[in-house]
Amino acid sequence: MRSDLPFALLAVFVPFSLVSIGGGTSIIAGIQHQAVDVHHWVTAREFVDFFAISRAAPGPGMMLATLIGWHVLGWTGAAITTLGLFLPSSLLCYGVVRIWSRHRGKRWHTALEEGLSPVGTGLILAGIVSILQIGGGGLLSWAIAISSACMLAWRPKIHPLLILAGGASIFIAAHAATG
Amino acid sequence: MTTPVQRVTIAAIFSVFFRIGLFSFGGGLTGWVYRDVVLMRGWLNEDEFLSGMAVSQILPGANIANLSIFVGQKLRGPLGATVALLGLLTAPFFAVIALASTYDLLKTLPNAETALDGVAAAAIGLILVVVGKGARRAARRAAAFIAFLATFVTVGLLHWPLLAVVVVVGPLSVLSAWLRRSADA
Repeated sequence: MRSDLPFALLAVFVPFSLVSIGGGTSIIAGIQHQAVDVHHWVTAREFVDFFAISRAAPGPGMMLATLIGWHVLGWTGAAITTLGLFLPSSLLCYGVVRIWSRHRGKRWHTALEEGLSPVGTGLILAGIVSILQIGGGGLLSWAIAISSACMLAWRPKIHPLLILAGGASIFIAAHAATG
Repeated sequence: MTTPVQRVTIAAIFSVFFRIGLFSFGGGLTGWVYRDVVLMRGWLNEDEFLSGMAVSQILPGANIANLSIFVGQKLRGPLGATVALLGLLTAPFFAVIALASTYDLLKTLPNAETALDGVAAAAIGLILVVVGKGARRAARRAAAFIAFLATFVTVGLLHWPLLAVVVVVGPLSVLSAWLRRSADA
């Protein structure tokens, strides 16, 4: 392995960490371009597979970066790309949150919290719509999403894993029924 | 409104976020954090959580990583934030590598992709619960409800840039909350 590889990985992933406003989906195309076309760390096919794996695995979708690092440089590479992508944005976030929390209890802080809370809610709902549009499940996805929300609202203590297993079972059954 | 001061242990923070990282198949992490942190444990109240959500989305980085830092910092300062983030990422770090190592085998499993789509759809239900709570809260004040709708429609349906929308709607919404507070005082 080339000795400059760790630095090349950092040079790609650190900037992506700091421009990933709106979350991981905003930088996937950029990472693909760098990893596939510019640096040839993975083939286009491998990138698609890694994307699918990071969706299948639990945790944030950005763990895609972990896989690229692991693919080119084993455990070291995995650690480098994970830290490279998560650490810079996390430090920035920590700084902001710290300033934020220092003013807790002041009137403008309460106003900020009350004012930003509906904006946060709107953003979450917007995120849901874009996830449902990207995913190929169509109407069935919407139906499952809404009924699982109703289940959870009705019985908040149900373990979410049961709900997830239910969603998988219904999809498999529907798939089998429609051939 | 802030939640009463309570001492949450570092171990408890790690364990909650570790489990969220381990179990959150199909996404829906926001919903998991809401359930574990607000609903089950009352570590944060709803306004704290939802405003933290907005901050997490504006800043660069995975929303869920930022949200974990927000929660961890609020509970136990720098150590809390570090432990929340580490807890969140530990299991997924090994899980993606394990899945990648066995991917060729997994691909041969029948229905794997269909099952995954079903899991992802159900996981959205977890986040919808958060939206339901937030929307009901927003509905108490006209200005808040307008801010909620405006954000959702412009970002979610019209695909306007998130940052631009937040920069416009955020301050207006905050201003209205401030004016209402001032009127009350």
